[in-house]
Amino acid sequence: MASGLDCDSLTKVYSGSKGRRALDGVSFNLPSKGVFSLIGMNGAGKTTLVRILATQLQPTAGRASIDGLDVMKDAKKLRDRIACVPQEARTAPFMTAKQTVLSYLLWRGVGYREASTKAVEALSMVGLQNQVNELNRKLSGGTRRKVLVATVLSSDADIIFLDEPTTGLDPISRRELWKLLTNLARDRFLILTTHYLEEAEELANAIGILHRGKLVGLGTLDQLRASVRYQYSLMLSPGQEPPPVREGEVTTGGAGQTQILTNETEAQEISKSLLEKGTRFSLSRVSLDDIFFHIVHGGSEEDSQP
Amino acid sequence: MRPSGWQVMAGILMNSIYAMKNYPMVMVNTVLSPLSFLTVITFVSKGQLIGEAIEGGFIMSMFQAGMSLQGDLSHFKNDFKLQDMVVSSPSSPVAYVAGMAIGEVIYSVPALAVLVVLAEIYLNPGLVGALELLAVLLLMFLTSVTLGFTLSTFSSDIIQSFAFSRLISTLFSTLPPVYYPISYVPLPFRYFAYLSPTTYAAEIAQNATGLVQLSSETLATAWIVLGAVSISLLLISIKKARWRDV
Ligand SMILES: Nc1ncnc2c1ncn2[C@@H]1O[C@H](COP(=O)(O)OP(=O)(O)OP(=O)(O)O)[C@@H](O)[C@H]1O
Ligand SMILES: [Mg+2]
Repeated sequence: MASGLDCDSLTKVYSGSKGRRALDGVSFNLPSKGVFSLIGMNGAGKTTLVRILATQLQPTAGRASIDGLDVMKDAKKLRDRIACVPQEARTAPFMTAKQTVLSYLLWRGVGYREASTKAVEALSMVGLQNQVNELNRKLSGGTRRKVLVATVLSSDADIIFLDEPTTGLDPISRRELWKLLTNLARDRFLILTTHYLEEAEELANAIGILHRGKLVGLGTLDQLRASVRYQYSLMLSPGQEPPPVREGEVTTGGAGQTQILTNETEAQEISKSLLEKGTRFSLSRVSLDDIFFHIVHGGSEEDSQP
Repeated sequence: MRPSGWQVMAGILMNSIYAMKNYPMVMVNTVLSPLSFLTVITFVSKGQLIGEAIEGGFIMSMFQAGMSLQGDLSHFKNDFKLQDMVVSSPSSPVAYVAGMAIGEVIYSVPALAVLVVLAEIYLNPGLVGALELLAVLLLMFLTSVTLGFTLSTFSSDIIQSFAFSRLISTLFSTLPPVYYPISYVPLPFRYFAYLSPTTYAAEIAQNATGLVQLSSETLATAWIVLGAVSISLLLISIKKARWRDV
């Protein structure tokens, strides 16, 4: 039996979608620990995959299991171990932050008194110790999001699904949540989707790239980097003369800045000549943004050819 | 308490206690709607049909619990994604429905209390009659709750599901002769009335308290139909309710 997170030809065709595959033969295997981050464009299939793994949605074909527990056949055992905040989950406006977390723990079968204590603890963990008894409808949108994250943090589930948990959070709160999630991932398995690629870069032990229902990339940041053509990025500020480039891609952004994507040897040579000329520039390894653009954009160009 | 006990408690808290604390006005509607029909029927019949009207109020309360459940569960499912969160947890659909359904009853407590007092004064059923009444109401409750839950799991559009629950509510609890004897309904329409389980419930209730005298065959038929409807709905919900989406 497959260990870790295992998907085998996982396919989803929603009824009434004229045969369109929201997931199209997704197969992969990963250790079930740390943070697994799913990225992809709107409609790529992230939520669909998360919902199937969290036993909320039936796949059309294929199999999926976590630690040997099949999402269909062993749903009951799996449900003892999972917790999920869906992408469109909202807090009930008529409940307080504490009531929200408390009732979630009751759903999980935790006793009232313990649930009450744990609810306050979890809310403090996400920085809401002063809003414990505030009605959700009086909280700001991002704060409500934190209440939802607190619900799963409060549970003892060791497999946690978070579908876009940091959407709507301010930059400081987002970073605080990252810290929390990193700590949490020490002894649990987190599956999270995000549109903030620096978030995946920062948190993920493994990154999966979905595109039009297909898994087009999977691995650590370094592995994904190795899979693309150019691993280095040189940035020249606006107005700087771009140097001659023998191998690589040169693009000029809207604000006039120039980016050069290239390989290691070429990056060294260009840097040397730029330094000699006194041109201001920065050199870094390609970011997940660059990798994502390369994999997904490259893919869609091929797709669009007749 | 066992985990399932706490799970039921979560439903009760969410679907009644917490909401009531914050929106006490919601209660007014659940109190008024069964009682308003009762008042109208009593006035129009110059007090003649107060017994039937009280029983109608009971049956309507039970049926309404299921219909409100359908609306509330759809709301929780579609607007808050609560069902998805509960599916991905150790909870079970039975605990989920049970807690939420009890929550609906708690809303009806004031209306039921008024009805019990009225029944004590105007119906005064014997022990057997009262037990029979209780059994019918319980069956009615189970039926409407099962129906409400099953429909809610199919709803993906809240507007549609609210409209739907109003339609069913009208079909099953306003049109059929719940508040008055079926003999008041002219013949061709009577057949339509017999399509609704609430008609049978009302017949049994009226017979139990001596407001009508049914032959033993008619009574048996009423029980059988009511039981069959409950069991069928239960089976349908076990087979077809979408706890996990397809
Ligand atoms: N209930 C549904 N019925 C029909 N089609 C659906 C349903 N849910 C999603 N889809 C379709 O399936 C595809 C994948 O959707 P999904 O929600 O998984 O994307 P996503 O990667 O989560 O996108 P986003 O980043 O916008 O959240 C989309 O084409 C979408 O239109
Ligand atoms: Mg999504």
